Amino acid sequence: MYKYDEYDQTIVDTRVAEFRDQVTRRIAGEITEDQFKPLRLMNGLYLQLHAYMLRVAVPYGTLSSRQMRMLAHIARKYDRGYGHFTTRQNIQYNWIKLEQAPDILADLATVQMHAIQTSGNCIRNISSDQYAGAAADEIGDPRPWAELLRQWSTFHPEFSYLPRKFKIAVIASEQDRAAIQLHDIGLQLRRNEAGELGFRVYVGGGMGRTPMVAPVIRDFISTADFVSYLEACLRVYNRYGRRDNLFKARIKILVHEIGAEEYARQVEEEWAHVKTLGLDPPPGEFERIAAYFAPPPFETGLGEDIDRSDPDFALWLDSNTHPHKQPGYAIAVISLKPVGGIPGDASADQIDLMADLAERYSFDELRVTHAQNIVLPHVRKADLYALWKALDGAGLGTANLDLISDIIACPGLDYCSLANARSIPIAQKIAQRFANLDRQRDLGELKLKISGCINACGHHHAGHIGILGVDRKGEENYQLLFGGSGAEDASLGKITGPGFNEDGIVDAVEKAVETYRALRTDGERFLDTYRRVGMQPFKEAIYG
Amino acid sequence: MKILTGNDLETGDVVWWTGEYWSRHVEEAIDVGDGGDAIAHREEGARRVNAPYVIDAERTEVGPRPLHIKDRIRAIGPTVRPDLAVRPVDAAAGNWVI
Repeated sequence: MYKYDEYDQTIVDTRVAEFRDQVTRRIAGEITEDQFKPLRLMNGLYLQLHAYMLRVAVPYGTLSSRQMRMLAHIARKYDRGYGHFTTRQNIQYNWIKLEQAPDILADLATVQMHAIQTSGNCIRNISSDQYAGAAADEIGDPRPWAELLRQWSTFHPEFSYLPRKFKIAVIASEQDRAAIQLHDIGLQLRRNEAGELGFRVYVGGGMGRTPMVAPVIRDFISTADFVSYLEACLRVYNRYGRRDNLFKARIKILVHEIGAEEYARQVEEEWAHVKTLGLDPPPGEFERIAAYFAPPPFETGLGEDIDRSDPDFALWLDSNTHPHKQPGYAIAVISLKPVGGIPGDASADQIDLMADLAERYSFDELRVTHAQNIVLPHVRKADLYALWKALDGAGLGTANLDLISDIIACPGLDYCSLANARSIPIAQKIAQRFANLDRQRDLGELKLKISGCINACGHHHAGHIGILGVDRKGEENYQLLFGGSGAEDASLGKITGPGFNEDGIVDAVEKAVETYRALRTDGERFLDTYRRVGMQPFKEAIYG
Repeated sequence: MKILTGNDLETGDVVWWTGEYWSRHVEEAIDVGDGGDAIAHREEGARRVNAPYVIDAERTEVGPRPLHIKDRIRAIGPTVRPDLAVRPVDAAAGNWVI
């Protein structure tokens, strides 16, 4: 894992001291809320429905056990005993006191963490594949590249006041587990025909009120040039992005309005200038960073056999583990979606337990997924049963990864001041309706995603089944969408028709699922069947 | 009726204007009539509240009930965590919100 050097630590420590002073001045009345708001947002501190909310950055979703324990400590000491893992691989605390926020940031700094650039119109936390460094299908570890971008984008003077927020994701495999085509910039590490390493660059994707799948702006940019190329991408956006209209200010609107080809042409023109400025890292810098991400000391000669005699363990093994590049090891995914639970929430005790288990079984490393689960990336197959037993005893052993109850849900109107409708109760009701694991397994991979407003933090556009909560004359109402995907076959869901109330939406989901069961052919997922037969049979089933 | 709400500056807690002070309990809120904005301006200037605003509410036997669900949830806490509710936990809490 990356370790801060003296510059990183100084940056974070200085920011804590600066924010402590700003909070003191705010409480003393020396600055108004209008003056203070942009300062607190730059430190991840929002004012939400019930209290201040702090969003802590988890760069590319990677955490050490020590950092994870700090997250538990903050939940216990400063919040109400739990945290919420988000769809951008971060964690949020919902009950923060302003006067304690500087102390929290100081505590975070002791484990090389912060909340910088988790809000505001800047480059946000760089996200990545939660299986990075472990997946059998990757051509390299994407995290050193993500870390390079983290350093490039932190306090970037030109990009601290962009037209709108900016999200970048990096992967290194053909299978997209980070939804790169739905980011402002998506980067896929690949080799060209000459065998050189570089990135395919997607620009202009996103969800929100105007969802778009990003086009490819450049099929290959050498790793030696990609930082200056991204600088050019951002410069063109910074110059021409719609600052006059909040709802048209994201880069996806610019790329859409002028066209991908024209945007790419302008980027090339800008890059011809930018690359002469010496912005790309000097030789050796990537290697310096990459050394922090060296593979852990895997044992060799381990067996592949796993005792499946415990049937509950066998179910978890089948759904919640993923192939590892190292023989004898597996990637284990801890579901934060127990039936009836709150997607992404974990108690301080559970966070501590996951940290302990990572220390014992996964070389001290954890990952946060954009699907609001936790990954232990490097577990010996021989240890999987002991791991599962420990997880199961703490309510963390649910065997539902990528099944219908593994629901992404934003905090919704239960916590968020932007939301129009509650998301969590809908997720809970659907999970309870499909609580039978045999039924879930029969349905196979089915990604259900719920947002409580058009801002789409719950990724409803990218759900095989998506649900969008809206306000209809003061009542919560839920629109249903089918056909979205955040994977390498990215697509946007289409709205079925009129919305439903809280109970009606659960019934509608069930009718859709039963329609799929009736129509599917061998091996077809819900998404595949929908793409083959179209909306009509589903509409007929739902609306009669 | 119109009632005035905001957040405590230091704690972020949801608070309601009682005519004399800011309370955590919506049932203590008073009808501010047309004077809400002026009170909000004065109280915000004195740093006794953050981001105050006036909302519509209805009178009930147990006190004011905000007309919009967002403010009812603010008044009681997350519906999915009744253990964190501002009010004592009771079976009717969900009905009060919905």
